[in-house]
This record gives sequence, structure tokens and C-alpha cells, in this order.
Amino acid sequence: MSFLSFAVGGAAGTALTPMPLKLMDDSSIWTQMWPWIPVPQDGEVSYENSVCTLCPGHCGITVKKVENRVVKIEGMKGHPVNDGGICLLGLAGVQLLYGSRRVKTPLKKVNGKFVKISWDEAVTEVASTIETMREKGDAHKIGCLSGTNRGTVPELLKRLLWVCGSLNFFHMPSVQDSYEITLRMMQGGSAMAGFDLENSDHVISFGSGILDGWGSPVRMFRAHSLWREKGARFIQVESRLSNTAAKADKWVPVNPGTEGALALGIAAVIIDESLYKTDFVDNYSSGFDSWKRQVTNNYTPEIVSKITGVDKSLILLTARDFGRAKNPLALCGRGEGSIPGSIKDFKAVHALNALVGNINQQGGVWAIPEPDYINWPEPTLDEAASAGVSKGRIDGAGKGKYRLAQSLFNRLPEIVNSKASSPPDVLFVSGANPLYTIPDTVAMNEALNNVKIISFSSYMDETADKADLILPNHVFLERYEDVPASAGLNQPITGLSKPVVSPQFNTRHVGDVIIQVAKKLGGHIGDAFPWSDYKTCLEETLGDKWEALNQTGFVTEADFNPTNDMSGFKTDSGRFEFLENGSVAEVLFSSVKPEGDEASYPLTLVPFDSMRLTGGYIGNPPYLMKTVEDTVLKGNDVLVEVNPKTASKYKLADGEKAFLMTPKGKACVKIYHYEGIKPGLIGLARGLGHNVNDRFLAGKGVNVNQLMGSKEDTGSGLDAAWGIRAKLVKA
Amino acid sequence: MEQVKDKKFGMVIDLDKCTGCGSCMVACMSENNVPFREDETDKLLSVAWMRVYKMTNRKPYPDTEVCYFPRPCMHCEGQHSGHSPCVSVCPAVATDYSTATGIVSQIYTRCFGCRYCMAACPYHARVFNWFDPVWPHGMEKSLSPDVSVRMRGVVEKCSFCYHRYQKAMEKAYVDGRKELEENEYQTSCTQACPAGAITFGDLNNTHHEVYKIAQPDHKHHGKSKNPKVFRLLERLGTNPKVYYLSSRKWVRQLGDNYRPDEIMK
Repeated sequence: MSFLSFAVGGAAGTALTPMPLKLMDDSSIWTQMWPWIPVPQDGEVSYENSVCTLCPGHCGITVKKVENRVVKIEGMKGHPVNDGGICLLGLAGVQLLYGSRRVKTPLKKVNGKFVKISWDEAVTEVASTIETMREKGDAHKIGCLSGTNRGTVPELLKRLLWVCGSLNFFHMPSVQDSYEITLRMMQGGSAMAGFDLENSDHVISFGSGILDGWGSPVRMFRAHSLWREKGARFIQVESRLSNTAAKADKWVPVNPGTEGALALGIAAVIIDESLYKTDFVDNYSSGFDSWKRQVTNNYTPEIVSKITGVDKSLILLTARDFGRAKNPLALCGRGEGSIPGSIKDFKAVHALNALVGNINQQGGVWAIPEPDYINWPEPTLDEAASAGVSKGRIDGAGKGKYRLAQSLFNRLPEIVNSKASSPPDVLFVSGANPLYTIPDTVAMNEALNNVKIISFSSYMDETADKADLILPNHVFLERYEDVPASAGLNQPITGLSKPVVSPQFNTRHVGDVIIQVAKKLGGHIGDAFPWSDYKTCLEETLGDKWEALNQTGFVTEADFNPTNDMSGFKTDSGRFEFLENGSVAEVLFSSVKPEGDEASYPLTLVPFDSMRLTGGYIGNPPYLMKTVEDTVLKGNDVLVEVNPKTASKYKLADGEKAFLMTPKGKACVKIYHYEGIKPGLIGLARGLGHNVNDRFLAGKGVNVNQLMGSKEDTGSGLDAAWGIRAKLVKA
Repeated sequence: MEQVKDKKFGMVIDLDKCTGCGSCMVACMSENNVPFREDETDKLLSVAWMRVYKMTNRKPYPDTEVCYFPRPCMHCEGQHSGHSPCVSVCPAVATDYSTATGIVSQIYTRCFGCRYCMAACPYHARVFNWFDPVWPHGMEKSLSPDVSVRMRGVVEKCSFCYHRYQKAMEKAYVDGRKELEENEYQTSCTQACPAGAITFGDLNNTHHEVYKIAQPDHKHHGKSKNPKVFRLLERLGTNPKVYYLSSRKWVRQLGDNYRPDEIMK
């Protein structure tokens, strides 16, 4: 046995043995069997109907459960809003129920850190905060910001504030507010705007992202498909090729912010060529002649073409098609409608609807009565409360130049800075995340620095993180709540959101908390809340609707049909008002100029909405993040859309990093060359850049609201900013 | 007893109706226990059975047009039954073509992760699990027992929600039936699509909506007789069972590779 043969034999043996392969195989098998790979538990399957409240669309949902676990959310068949369809946020609702973003127990901030407290302590803390404010004579400095102003929960909050002595109840503004104001001005009375989309044969949208989240998204998708089937025309007026513009029969690229002028230009052509409905205009409207004179004199196709950048021939063609259609319909409100916008734009678009006589007509705009089932007796106010209430609202809503607005939370930074009226010392926040969703988050954050925030948020979001006290509400799958109205739906509907699973954590219904706080305060305050708990309150309030709601999940007014009913105008003249006060200036288009000077900021930043990113108070669940395209987010970098022409002017390559600067802030972004955006604009998606404790959402991209400013609309006081001046500098 | 007729389950996606919202993707993820990770922006690593691609006509502003292409597994039949690109290369018989349903299966426990099938699939419909699927604490409660959770090291893809077919068949057997109604077996994406852009059914059944729209010519490997309907990379001969409908020519043209001088039929 020589060393050589030993070495050769050894080498041959090592080379030929299957051992290495076997070990590799074994290791791959063993490493696939980790115990953390879950085996989903089997069990009895059941389905429960409820209503999704993640957006104002309020779709009916059917929740699939295995034993007591929610495994899937599906669209409810036969529901008037969505009939079986569902959007991706609704589908991902399960992840909001079980997600790590939940606030699991009441929390109190002590020395800048949250500590767990009991519910008794939390309720006592809230009650004593209110008590102290009232004793100081500062009851009017208690405010509340709610995601919505309809339904029993917002009403309970409003009532608590009222009996304590404050009228400062705010709700998050949206295009729904703009539409209500428009209807009040032109048709009188308070009503919501409903659109008979399904029966329209020609729809023109002035920047509304009707396939990007505007209105009730699923219903909008269904209506769009219906238009495709029956050959209805659909025109999108917008400066960016959004998903909506991409699906339109005709995309009318317009200078941003000039949509209202185009509406007036179209109206002028329709008047000029006598394409308007004389029956409606002559018999049911007032102020038409002076309105007509203004429009035809000031908005000739030539002038409008100059303002909007749209070819004269295209304006004529668009106007003629609209005027000649059988059931034309014009829509307003930019993107998904989270920023209310300029009332003048809405009035121009609504006047266009009136011109073609589609008010309360098939395929037109309907005035939907406000829900009226909440009829609680007026509470008795004690001395402190009366004193507080007499001080009125801090935002001026409902008075003077803000007489049309109900709530103007966007004015808060201005109020704090001007010291004109006293800002709130205590702010309840329910179903809202103003520190993320309101443009100019920096100013909002500063405005709230000296405010004690008491949050009812189910999730640890930006506002909850700044709060002094969090009393976590159940999420929508765990709680009862009435859901009045669906954005843009042309029939009155009330839904009932039901608990499909028992609460997963130590949370409590915000309605129960309000009642308990009131009872703790006692006296007139306690008397104003005679119910033992929220469910009793809800049951009594809904009365005979309760049974039906529990059975089917929704009730509608089957006989509601305002078509051809022109007696409904509640204006002084009893007619549709083209001019509210006969004032000429009202008609004229004035563009909302983006903040910043053109010399230092040659470009304009425009936020855009998409279905795959929620810009609202609930951040994207993990499944939604998966759907975000890599042309919007790559790693943690956000991409901004820039037209290749603009990009080459500033020598910015595709994928290159750059600094995006606006008068409000600066952010690092990546450049994405997109042909579908107008040269000179920068498109940035809403819904990124969250700063929350959720690794699937936090730190990804930039919150466009940090870079945006807010612009007060002269007609309403609501925010009307659609963009801001900006520049891009190579990083 | 009479033999049950073979099915050929397929899909037509109406690209005129599709808005690119992405609900089909989430409907699929939620139905099929698809895992998620912290960073999902590298789409080569991101596990998704259904993916929506955004295509443009590459024209400058304002003549730009955009179209969305939802892409599930095409469940290719090939030139003769079962000659799907992936099935024919799998060394482990981990993926197979069912002549009874026309569905290309994926058996995770057989797969050993060689990824030949991924290389063979011209549609990028298959994804590899590079990572262990981990659900944050508490979120495993949302997992459905109908679909097994996949482990690292295996390939996965759209199954046309085969478990829904199994459930529907079980129910039919209990009722003493051997055939399903059209609406008894629908995929999760079809059911969820808010635009109603997806139509699913049996391409062999002339009464099914999917047959009426797709109008497959079974003598010519399922080529559609509807001039607005096309399939992706049809000329490769993969014979996919997912059809697309578009009234726009440039969109139909994107479905295959054409020479610059070639006139699309």
C-alpha cells in the first residue's frame, strides 16, 4: 500500500460517493420544515354579511370565516353599491384586523413614552380632562376631529362636545363637502350629490379619478364597464394620463387647475349653438341670462383654449358631443376627492349639468336627502356648557365668508399662528389621521404641538403616535356601526357594519367610551346620554330599521325617485340658481395658483391618487404594498413621474436620484420618465411615506403632504390646492 | 355509467374594462395564502400568482395610451394535450396537465426547486420561494385551510383556484350531480374583479360565457375566432387558456412579437 494508491483511492472515493449530494438533499429538506411555517387550522366555514367602512364607498361585504377566524373578505352579492365586486383595500381588510399596526390596549403618554393603562383609568382620565377644562371656563377649547360627520358615532361625539360646552366638532373635508355647498348655493337646502351614472350615455369628468378611487370605487368600476357594454362615451379632462384617463374614450389633456375654465368654455359653445335644454332653463332656473352673458363673452373657445391649453377644435367637439347626448353628465372633484377643491369649479360643472337639463333627470345629478334617522332630544345645557357654546366655533365655519362650510379643520395652523381666536387645548380624534392626510403636515404638526390629543384610533398612526392618550376603538370587523350614505350613490342607503369576530385585543367601542365618559361626568352631561351602552343607543336610534339591517345589512328607500321632479329646489326663487346672488364675479373663472414663485420653482408638483395606495387615514396593508408598481416605489425610494422632455431639459436620467424641493419641504426621490404626464409637471403618488410602527409600510417613499401646502378657497374656506411649485435638483 | 365530459377551464380578460386597480392580485393573495415581505418592490422576488402589467403605446404626450394586462397562469395545453412548456421540462412531475380540467397543477411537496419550469414558462407566471414565508404574529389567523402554505425552495403559481373546483365538485357529488353549473366554480380574481372584466368557465362548453366571447377554434389549438380576442405569444404554440379582449389594435399587437414590416392578422 503506497501513499500514491491511498491518495488516488481517497480522491476517487470522495468523488464518487453520493454523500455530499445526499447531505445537500437532506439539508434542503430539513430547512424546509421549520416550525414557523404555519399549517392553517381547518374548521367549520361560515359567512357573514357586513359593510366595509374603509372608504366612503361603503360596499357590502361577505366575510368568510373558519371557526372564529376571518380568512377572506368578499363583495356581497345583491348589494346596491357593489353587487359582489370588491376593491383591493376591502379584500386586504383582514390584514388590518390581524395586523401588527393595531393599538392593543389603552395607552397613556408618560414622559414621552406610552404606558399601558386600564380602561377605567382611561375613561377617568378623559372625564377629568373635560372636567378641568370646564372648571377653567375653557369648555369651548375642547375640539373633536372625526373622519366623517354622518352616523351615530360622529353624532355622539358632537353631542358630548355640545353638552360639555363646545361647538368645535370638525370632520375631514372631501369633495362631498364641496358638492353639498354647491347644491346648497344652486339648488338650496342641504342634500348630498348622487349621480345616476348607470343611465348616462355621455360622461365628462373634470379631473375626477373615477377609476382611481373617486366616489364609491367599486360602483364606479361597474358603471364604467356598463358604459363599455352599452357604448356610452366617457371623456376625461386631466393633465396627467391617470388610470381614469387611460380608460376614457377621449383624454382631454388640460393645463392643471384650469378644468373649471374648460367647463365654462364648453357651456359657452353649448349656449352659442343652442344645444341647451330650453325647457329646464326657461321654466326651472333663474339668473340664466346674466350668467349666459358672462359665459359667452368671457369664455369663447379662443380664450378658453389659451387658458386651458386645449385645442379650439377639441373644445368645440367636446362641447357638441356633450350638448347632443341624450343623458349627458358632468363630474367634478380631483383625484379620489380627498381635497375639496375650488367651489367655482364645482359651480361651473354643475351649471353645465343644469344647462343640459340633467338635474334630477335620468342619467343626471340627483339631490339625495341627508339621512334623518338620528332624532335625539335636545340636551339641556348647564351654565358652563352654555357659556362655552356661546363662544361659537373657532374656525368660523357657518359664519361670514365661511358661511357655507360646516367645518374647516384645514384652517387650524392659521388660527394657531394668527392667535385671532383661541385654538383647542384638547382634541379628540376619531377615524382620522390629520398629521398624515392634511396637506402641509409640518404646519399641522406644529399647530397641534400644544394640544392634548385624545385618540380613538385602532391603529398606531402618525396622529395616534403624537397623542397623549389612546383609547383604541374596535376595527370595522369587530364593531356595530350604522353606515349612512355611500359617496355619490343616487339613492338613500343605510348600512350596518356588524361584528363578525369578537375583539382581538383589549379595545373598546368609541360609542361605549363616550357614553361611559358622559356618565362619569354626570349631571346634565350624563342625562344627555340615557343609553346603557352603544348597542342600545344604536338599536333605539335605528328603530324599526334595526331588524332589517341585521338581516340584510342595508336598507334603501325603494320608492326614491326624484326624476322629473323639479319642485324640489329650496332656493329663495324656488328655481335652480345659475347665479346665487346675481353677482357676476361668481361666474368668472379664477385659477387657484399653486404656492411658490415660478422663478425659483420652475416645475409644478401634482399629487395623484391610485387604487393601489390609500391616501386616507388607513395606511396600505401589506397586500396592497405588494401591488404597488416598481415605477412608483423601488426599495424605499419613491419615483416621481416626469415627462422625458422635462427630464432631458434638467438632464435627469430615468432612475436617477434627485432632490424634489417645494416651498414647503425637500425630499429625495428617483426620476421615472413617463410620457403620460404633461411637460413641466412632477407627479407624486399619495399614500407613501408613512412614519408608523409597521415595517411593511413605514419609511417607504415620501408623504406628498409634507411637500404640499394648502390654499384656502375664497368661496368656501376649504382647501383648494391641487399642486405646488417645485424644482428637481440632481442628488 | 356515462363518462363525464372533459373540461377545459379558461378565462377571458376584457382589457377594455380592466382598470388596472389590482383587486385581482389581492383577491388571489388573500385566497391562496400568498406570503408577503417587507420589501416587495423587486418584482423578480415578489411572490404573486396574478400580476398586472402596465403597457404603453410609447407615444409622446399627449398621444400616450396605457393598457393594463392582468396575467395569471395561462394553463397552456400545448400542441397536443399536456405539452405545456413547464410540464414537459419538470424532472419531478411536480407540475402536470390535467386532461379532465385543463388545469396545470403544481405539487409543492414534489418540487425540489430546480426552476426549469420557470425558465421554460414564456409568461413569467411562475415564482420561486427564495425565502421562508413568515406571517407576523397574529396574522397567521388570516390563513385559509383550503390552500397549503408553501415552503422556501419551491416554485408556485396560479392554480385557477383548483381548491374551489374541488369544493364545488364535492358539493355536486353530495347533491348527486356530476356536472357543475357555470357559476359554481369561479376563481377568486373573477369573483372579486370590481369591473367584471374577467370571465371564467369551460371553453369546451358552448353555453358558457367564456366560450361565447373567446370563440375558441379547437381544431386550431384554441385560436379565437373573435377578431378582438387574442392570446399572449400565441405563435409560440403554447396554446394558452387565458384569452384577452381589446378593441385597440396596438394592445392586440403587444400580445405577440411582430416584425416591423409585418401586418397583424
